[in-house]
Amino acid sequence: MAGDMQSARGTSRLYQGKGPWLLLPAWAVIGIFLLLPVCLIVVYSFLTKEFHGGVIPEPSLAAYDQFFFDRGIFGDDPPRIEWNYIEIYLLSFLQAGLATLFCLVIGLPSAWYIATRPIRLRQMLILVITVPYWVNLLIRTISLKFLIRDEGPMNAFLQWTGLLDHPLHLVNTSYAVQLGLFYSYLPFMVLPIFASAERFDIALSEASADLYSTKWQTFRLITLPTIWPGVVAGSILVFVPSLGAFLAPNLLGGAKTYMIGSLIDEQFKGAAGNWPFGAAAATILMSVVLVVLILNARSQIKLKGAG
Amino acid sequence: MKQTRISLLALGIVALSGGGALAEGDVALYNWGEYIEPEILIRFEAETGIHVTMDTYDSNEAMLASLKAGKLGQYDLAIPGDYMVDIMRNEGMLDTFEPSDLTNFGNILPQYIDVPFDPGRHSTIPYLTGTTSFAVDRNKFKGDINSLALLFNPPEELKGKINVLDAQNDVLALASMYLGIPQCTSDRDQLRALNDMLQNAKKDWASFGSDNSREVLVSGDVTLSMTWSGYSARARDEGANVEWAYPKEGYIMWMDNVVLLKDAPNRENALKFMNFLLEPEIGAANTNYAKYAPVLKGEKPFLDEKIANAPESNPPADHPGTFVQSCSEEVQVVYDKIWANLKK
Repeated sequence: MAGDMQSARGTSRLYQGKGPWLLLPAWAVIGIFLLLPVCLIVVYSFLTKEFHGGVIPEPSLAAYDQFFFDRGIFGDDPPRIEWNYIEIYLLSFLQAGLATLFCLVIGLPSAWYIATRPIRLRQMLILVITVPYWVNLLIRTISLKFLIRDEGPMNAFLQWTGLLDHPLHLVNTSYAVQLGLFYSYLPFMVLPIFASAERFDIALSEASADLYSTKWQTFRLITLPTIWPGVVAGSILVFVPSLGAFLAPNLLGGAKTYMIGSLIDEQFKGAAGNWPFGAAAATILMSVVLVVLILNARSQIKLKGAG
Repeated sequence: MKQTRISLLALGIVALSGGGALAEGDVALYNWGEYIEPEILIRFEAETGIHVTMDTYDSNEAMLASLKAGKLGQYDLAIPGDYMVDIMRNEGMLDTFEPSDLTNFGNILPQYIDVPFDPGRHSTIPYLTGTTSFAVDRNKFKGDINSLALLFNPPEELKGKINVLDAQNDVLALASMYLGIPQCTSDRDQLRALNDMLQNAKKDWASFGSDNSREVLVSGDVTLSMTWSGYSARARDEGANVEWAYPKEGYIMWMDNVVLLKDAPNRENALKFMNFLLEPEIGAANTNYAKYAPVLKGEKPFLDEKIANAPESNPPADHPGTFVQSCSEEVQVVYDKIWANLKK
């Protein structure tokens, strides 16, 4: 351990003073293509909307007012709390949360199983997990729709076996959206957990068993803390893109219930052409996600501090 | 960039001095996806040496947003729908030309020259036209289909078997026709009635979808799909037994147009391309490709018989369709609200 530290410090001496320059390309890319657009979005959300898209450079809170207050369809009723958009957000968070949970329930045992196989089989299994994801997401989503249609193979099978006497109606429901999200992002859960589980030394479990801990205690106190970073990374990788998904809601859910992604999409590409409102919806989403991630990071630090 | 300007200048000088032999360079077209017979681009380049570069969009509004976000000045031509031509003119995005600049101008069908969105055609030429209403699967529904009630107050057997275009303008225009109120009305009672009617109709709809409004008919997921006439004709080609409705309350007529954009980097080439598109054989190739209705005289001999005779290409002469209007800002705000209520 001490040797590692030494060599790490030696390396840093070698590159002393050059660090900022080495980071320059990364910062330039992140700054220009990520931070700058994000700043633009935040600024746009506080500007006045221009008819048919675009903004007028006059500060305004109209976009946030539209998000939080309902003034009737003509805009002159006394303001009430606008639940529409809050409901869309809550529903999106619920869907994304459920997708994360399902991915975890399926992904954790799978990842553990793969990580504990011999190395050749392990590589095979990881390949098998990723192969379907070489195909474009749009095509996979449409294929899924064909599988679960009222007159599709899944229902034909269920009726053939006699389990059902009428087709299970899934397409254009929120269950189909959930299925689509869960299916789209499953490997993002499996791979990070696999990466942490692979490094787990099985001797630690054996030691724990030797010291008379129960299976549950071993899992909770030895195994889980080791793979926890993978679980957290996987959950974030599933949760965040699920929030902004619009393929699954549009294709599998029949676009009948907005999720956040479709709501924002509509403001820029639909007839509404309300850029500040789209920007405000995105800013609110970013803020909420940021708060969640910060809380998570803090609890991680606390966990480490306690350990 | 500087180099392009100089070569353009050179091109301009050559053109002015009458040395028209130099006919090379580019023309930048901003078009819908899968909306031009690819053979046309190849032929144009072979005949003139002008290379057509093309980017695509999937809705009028997406095209407008992209041009507003800074793409104006990069394209010569775009292909907006009727109401969008109005919006683009009000945004100052269109350039003008004289009909005499186009030797084939006389090929345009006379009824399509004095159109409300560009009287006399000084910024646009017609590209394709068609109608928007709905197609019904005749294997599953045998009743009368010539009423918008099938969409907005459907009989029991159609409930839950309806797809509706995911397009605010089209849905609200048809809904207004169904209620017998003017498009873009500012009358509050009428707007409230529109909102209530749609709220009530939504529970009978299976899905909103535009790009897939043909596929859901072919796969049998729905029995009735609000869609574009060309999609209905294509669904029939793909084996669905569909009938196209011209509802008695009214239906939408639309027309896509090639527009000359302001600050076009290759204006002269763009006019040449427009003129090329006005040749009957070329127009017919596009009509055959997209399966909409012709806009030029003399297309008939080049048309596939199936398209020339399809019910979708032949709206009843005594009951023509109506163009969608672009609403004023104050009405549009209410429309947005109604649409958001409907889609939530």
